[in-house]
Amino acid sequence: MYHYNDFDTAFVRNRVAQFRAQVGRRIDGSLTEDEFKPLRLMNGLYLQLHAYMLRVAIPYGTLNSRQMHQLAMIADRWDRGYGHFTTRQNIQYNWPKLRDVPDMLEALADVGMHAIQTSGNTIRNVTADHFAGAAADEVADPRPVAELLRQWSTDHPEFQFLPRKFKIAVTGAEADRAVIRAHDIGLRIVERDGAQGFEVIVGGGLGRTPMIGKVITDFLPQADLLPYLEAIVSVWNLIGRRDNKYKARIKITVHEHGIDEIRTLVDARFAELRPAFSGVDQQILAGIEAQFAPPPLRAAPVAPFETAYAKDPVFRSWADTNLTAHRDPQHAIVQISLKAHGATPGDASAEQMRVMADLAERYGHNELRVSHEQNIVLPHVHKADLPLIHAVLQQHGLATANIGLISDIIACPGMDYCALATARSIPIAQEIATRFDELKLEHEIGDLKIKISGCINACGHHHVGHIGILGLDRAGVENYQITLGGDHTQTAALGARTGPGFPAEEIVGAVETIVQTYLDIRSSREETFIETFRRTGMTPFKSALYPDKEAARDAA
Amino acid sequence: MSREFTPKVVTANDLIEGDAIWLTEDDGWTRDIAQAELIEDEAHGQLRLLHALSQHSVAVGAYLAEAQLGEWGPQPVHFREIFRTRGPSNHAHGKQESA
Repeated sequence: MYHYNDFDTAFVRNRVAQFRAQVGRRIDGSLTEDEFKPLRLMNGLYLQLHAYMLRVAIPYGTLNSRQMHQLAMIADRWDRGYGHFTTRQNIQYNWPKLRDVPDMLEALADVGMHAIQTSGNTIRNVTADHFAGAAADEVADPRPVAELLRQWSTDHPEFQFLPRKFKIAVTGAEADRAVIRAHDIGLRIVERDGAQGFEVIVGGGLGRTPMIGKVITDFLPQADLLPYLEAIVSVWNLIGRRDNKYKARIKITVHEHGIDEIRTLVDARFAELRPAFSGVDQQILAGIEAQFAPPPLRAAPVAPFETAYAKDPVFRSWADTNLTAHRDPQHAIVQISLKAHGATPGDASAEQMRVMADLAERYGHNELRVSHEQNIVLPHVHKADLPLIHAVLQQHGLATANIGLISDIIACPGMDYCALATARSIPIAQEIATRFDELKLEHEIGDLKIKISGCINACGHHHVGHIGILGLDRAGVENYQITLGGDHTQTAALGARTGPGFPAEEIVGAVETIVQTYLDIRSSREETFIETFRRTGMTPFKSALYPDKEAARDAA
Repeated sequence: MSREFTPKVVTANDLIEGDAIWLTEDDGWTRDIAQAELIEDEAHGQLRLLHALSQHSVAVGAYLAEAQLGEWGPQPVHFREIFRTRGPSNHAHGKQESA
C-alpha cells in the first residue's frame, strides 16, 4: 500500500492549517458564505438537509487497518458513531459541526488521509477495481496508476476550476468491477506485444443525461498516460459547455463534437504536452509500484475451510455468496456485506469498522477495500482462516450472505440526508431487502442488482442497475420510476424505463411483480435476470406491471 | 395572471450546527417551525428573505418555503420541509431526537 512521503504529509498538513484558518474567518464573519462555499467544497464539506456532511476520500477504495480504526474514532468522537460508505468508494460523515471539521481533517492527516477534491469542479477521487491485486483475472494491479493519478490531479493548477466535476476509474481486468464505462475517463490496463498500456474510454457518465463511454484509443503506451489524460482534460477544459451546468460534463462535449473530432483535438494537444513529460512521472510510478508489492501469501492446508464448508450450512451459504476466487487458490477475496436486511446500505457503525480493521490486521495482510457497491472487502484471506472470520462477523451483524443478490442494493443517501435529492432512497432499499428476506427467495432469484437514486444525478447508479429505481417529486409526492436492463460491467448498458412511476407505497410491490415475472419466464434456473431480460425484452415485465393499461389496449 | 401567493416561512441552515432553522417575527431564529413567522404577503416575504440573507454569521442558504397554519403554529407543506423538521428516517437523529 502507498504511504505518504514527506511532500504528501506536508501538503495535507498545510491544507488542514489553511482550512482551519478559513473556518475561523467564516465563523468570525470575515468571510461570507459565498466566499467560503468554494473553499469548503474543495475540502469535501457540504451543507445538507439536517447538517454538514464531510466526504472523506478513500483513494481507489484502499485502506489499511490503522486508517479504518481512525475512521471509527472520528465517527465516535465528532459524528454519530457511524459512517456511510459511498458508490465512489469514499466515506461520508453525516453530522459534523463546522467548528470540529478542522480537527477531523487533522485526525485524517494523522493516518495519511484527506477530503481534498471530494467535491467541486475538480478531478475527484480516482476509483478502481475493489479486487485489485487479488483478482484471478487481472492483467495488472490498477492501484499504482490510480495513485499516480491522485498525485497528478491533486491541486493540479490547470484543473482546479473545470467546467464540472471529473471522475476517473481504473481497472486491470477484463471483467469490469469499476464501472469504467460510466466515468468521464475509464482506463483498462491491457497488454499488447508483451507491453502494458491502456484502453482509454472517454465521455461516459450517469446523471441527467446518461451515456456509455466511447473508446478514444484502444492502446495507449504506459509512459504516455499522464500527458494523454492531461490532453483530454485540457481539451474539455477549453471547449466544455461552461454556459450550461447541465451540459458541462465531458460526456456532452464528446456527444456534441463526436469522438473522432475529440480524438483529433486530444492528439494535437498531446503532441504539444508530451515533450514536457521527461520521464520523472515514470520514475515516480516505479516507486509507487514498489509500495504495492503483493503481500507474502502463506502456504498452508485449507482443511479448516473444507470442514466448516461441509458441516455448517450457514457458513457454506456465506462462503458461496460472499467469497470470490483469489489468484492464489489457497486464498479467497472476502466481501463483508454492509447490507444486512433492513439496514441502511453502506452504513457501518464505529464498532463494526473496528471489527473489520482488526480482522484485516490479523488475517488480511492489514488491507481493506471499499467497493462501489458499498461493501467492504478483505482482499487476501487464507481459506483456513475463513471459519474464524465468519464467526466474528456473525457476532457483529456483518455476516449477511447476500453479495450480488437482490438485497445487496446500492442506494444513495437520498432525501434522508442529501440537499439535492427529490425523494428518499434508503427506506425503499430497506423495504425491498426486508420483503425479499421474508419471502426467502433471494437465493432462488440469484444475481440481481437493484440500484436506487434519490434524484437524477444518479449517485445510486440506477441507470446501470438490472432494476434501477429513481426517486422523483411528482406534484409534492415521492414517486419512483423503474428502469430495467441496465448493466454496469464490461457489457455496460443503460436501463430502459418501464413506464409511469409508482408511489412509495407501491414500489416494493412493483419490484416483486418484476421478480415474479422473471421467475415465471426464465428458461432455466441458470438464466439470470439480465439474461432473461435480454432474451424477452421489456414486454412481459410491462404487461405484468401495468395490467390495466394492457387490458385497455386489448379491448380497444 | 400571476399565481396567488401562498403562506411561507423563511428557513435556512444554522452556520455552526448546520441544522434547519426558521426566522421568527422578532428577527430571531428558531429550531421549531411552529415558532416561526408565517408570512402571508408576498412583498413582506421578499423583505423578510432579504433580511435573512443578510444574517451571514447565523444562517446559510435562506429561502422561502411553503407553510400553513396548524394548531400550534406554522407547519411545513412539502415532504422535503417535513423531513427538515424531524430528521432522517433511518436513524432517530436530528430534531426528532429532542421532540
